[in-house]
Amino acid sequence: MKKLRNKLLGLLPKGRHAVIGVPFFWMLLFFLLPFAIILKISFAEADIAIPPYTSLTAWADNQLTLLLNFGNYVLLSEDGLYLAAYLGSLKIAFFSTLLCLLVGYPMALAIARSDKHMRPVWLLLVMMPTWTALLIRVYAWMGILSNNGLLNNTLIWLGIVNEPIQILNTNIAVYIGIVYAYLPFMVLPLYANLVKHDSSLLEAASDLGAKSYTAFWKITLPLSKNGIIAGSMLVFIPVVGEFVIPELLGGPETLMIGKVLWQEFFNNRDWPVASSLAVIMLLLLIIPIILFNRNQARELESK
Amino acid sequence: MKKTKQMLLATALSMAVSLGVQAEQRQLNVYQWSDYVAPDTISNFEKQTGIKVVFDVYDSNEVLEAKLLSGRSGYDIVVPSNPFLAKQIKAGVYQPLDKSQLPLWKNLNKDLLRTLEVSDLGNQYSLPYMWGSIGIGYNVDKVKAALGDQSIDSWGVIFKPENIKKLHECGVAILDSPTEIIPTAMHYLGLPTDSENPEHIKQAEALLLSIRPYVTYFHSSKYISDLASGNICVAVGYSGDLYQSKARAEEAKNKLSLAYKIPKEGAGTFFDMIAIPKDAKNVKEAHEFINYLLEPQVMADLTNYLQFPNANDLATPLVDEAIRTDPGIYPPADLMSKLYTFPDFSAKTQRLLTRSWTKIKSGK
Repeated sequence: MKKLRNKLLGLLPKGRHAVIGVPFFWMLLFFLLPFAIILKISFAEADIAIPPYTSLTAWADNQLTLLLNFGNYVLLSEDGLYLAAYLGSLKIAFFSTLLCLLVGYPMALAIARSDKHMRPVWLLLVMMPTWTALLIRVYAWMGILSNNGLLNNTLIWLGIVNEPIQILNTNIAVYIGIVYAYLPFMVLPLYANLVKHDSSLLEAASDLGAKSYTAFWKITLPLSKNGIIAGSMLVFIPVVGEFVIPELLGGPETLMIGKVLWQEFFNNRDWPVASSLAVIMLLLLIIPIILFNRNQARELESK
Repeated sequence: MKKTKQMLLATALSMAVSLGVQAEQRQLNVYQWSDYVAPDTISNFEKQTGIKVVFDVYDSNEVLEAKLLSGRSGYDIVVPSNPFLAKQIKAGVYQPLDKSQLPLWKNLNKDLLRTLEVSDLGNQYSLPYMWGSIGIGYNVDKVKAALGDQSIDSWGVIFKPENIKKLHECGVAILDSPTEIIPTAMHYLGLPTDSENPEHIKQAEALLLSIRPYVTYFHSSKYISDLASGNICVAVGYSGDLYQSKARAEEAKNKLSLAYKIPKEGAGTFFDMIAIPKDAKNVKEAHEFINYLLEPQVMADLTNYLQFPNANDLATPLVDEAIRTDPGIYPPADLMSKLYTFPDFSAKTQRLLTRSWTKIKSGK
């Protein structure tokens, strides 16, 4: 009886495997499976049907045929629009990340160096805006930035400008919206890193005659490298595929891959081309994601 | 004892009845354009029939279509525009209407129904809800200040760079819709509006590129509030939306006087069509709803509120005279003959149009 019980227990997954298994299964179900479906559609052809694309496999005369259509990928390489849109997205993502870093770093540093009891309050203030739906916050920005909006009216009232400055529907508005929306994702990992720094290092630097400026460049900044990388990745990766903010705040010159994907899907009814665009975008993003993971693994090992 | 038993029975019975009623609460899921019913249309129907209406809205045909084409939209009534409807019928999205359940079908205008057979042969799957034109809405005073004596009566105001240049200062909006604006440009150039010839599309693209620098933005709904608040002074848009904008300006009492014009060259028209998806669950309720919309008074109320003309013959005399005689809403016969419908383009042409549109908008 005992033997049987042990045998049965042996069949159950070991605790360790069960713990790893849950997130693994999660990723399989919600990441790999949808990707496989998109990959499948990207090799189909658009059709007037439900769903609006052809099937890859056909069964006729006892033969199973698999038809892979690479035409969608060829189309992407033939028209410069797609490359321009990818580059546009990467450019906006890069500069937004940089701006987030420039704004977020001093914030994170100030919170990390502030009084211990006040830190939760500051952190809460950083996170609080994200409790409101993104769409509403973006609409609020539309109200602020429009030609007779809050900002322009204030500037005119103060006499700084005579005519409203066109901000809404330009790339500047897109940058403002993105930096605003993604700032918490930069501040939080930076804070998590900065708050762990040993303050005796700075004291030692000051004892040895280093100015606080030098101490920052030589000690704080290099030590916070991992926080910078983590924050940058958390901003950069989602911004590349961002659709809502550029759609609402951007103008016609804002060319991003999310919009092109939307057009393929909705205007052209071409789900296969839209899917192949998404596949390429994922492949482009995999490089920074791998770098990010590597860096995180290294950080874990060093502890 | 007997009494208790009776009472128990009565309670049980009444519970059963109320449970039964609850289970039988009839429902109808409607997916409709935003701002496209009168305030009491739905509540009156609910009162009349006891059917609970779940009402969702969209603001583009494309969004509706994506839902329909992925299958199982969950809606019982949808209202696509006619070129989209034609494609969706081909894809097998809809079920034929059961006309025996629609005794008021006879109220519909026969000529319009015949015209609409282009997209739905034999009017099997759909009926017109409202229709309208794509023309020019404008701020009378600001346009007068910008253009001088010249009034807005021709598409040349938009399509001639020297004219639109003068309007740029106060703001010009154009619908963000390649399948409607490119044919409008082709019409102005004297080309057939249903042309699938890439050369013709190129010519329309060149025309639109020449006026591109003076267009403030391309959008399909923002102009309603912008025109009413004075943010822009001219908009190429849907007639009903532009009338709505006019009404909003009047409500706000901001002394803006807005007007709508179908230019003398004519304009494109769209028909929004009521149809029932194949996988609808409440088919009977959907027919009841359609029959309700065919009631002349219901339709007339809708037209009075939305300022879109309808296709219901018996409703026309019930429409406010000011609306009935407005040439922008009910165009006179000579203008009527210059109206055209937007075609259902092939996938290849559709791609060309979208591509041209991107080039026009972003320069790439």
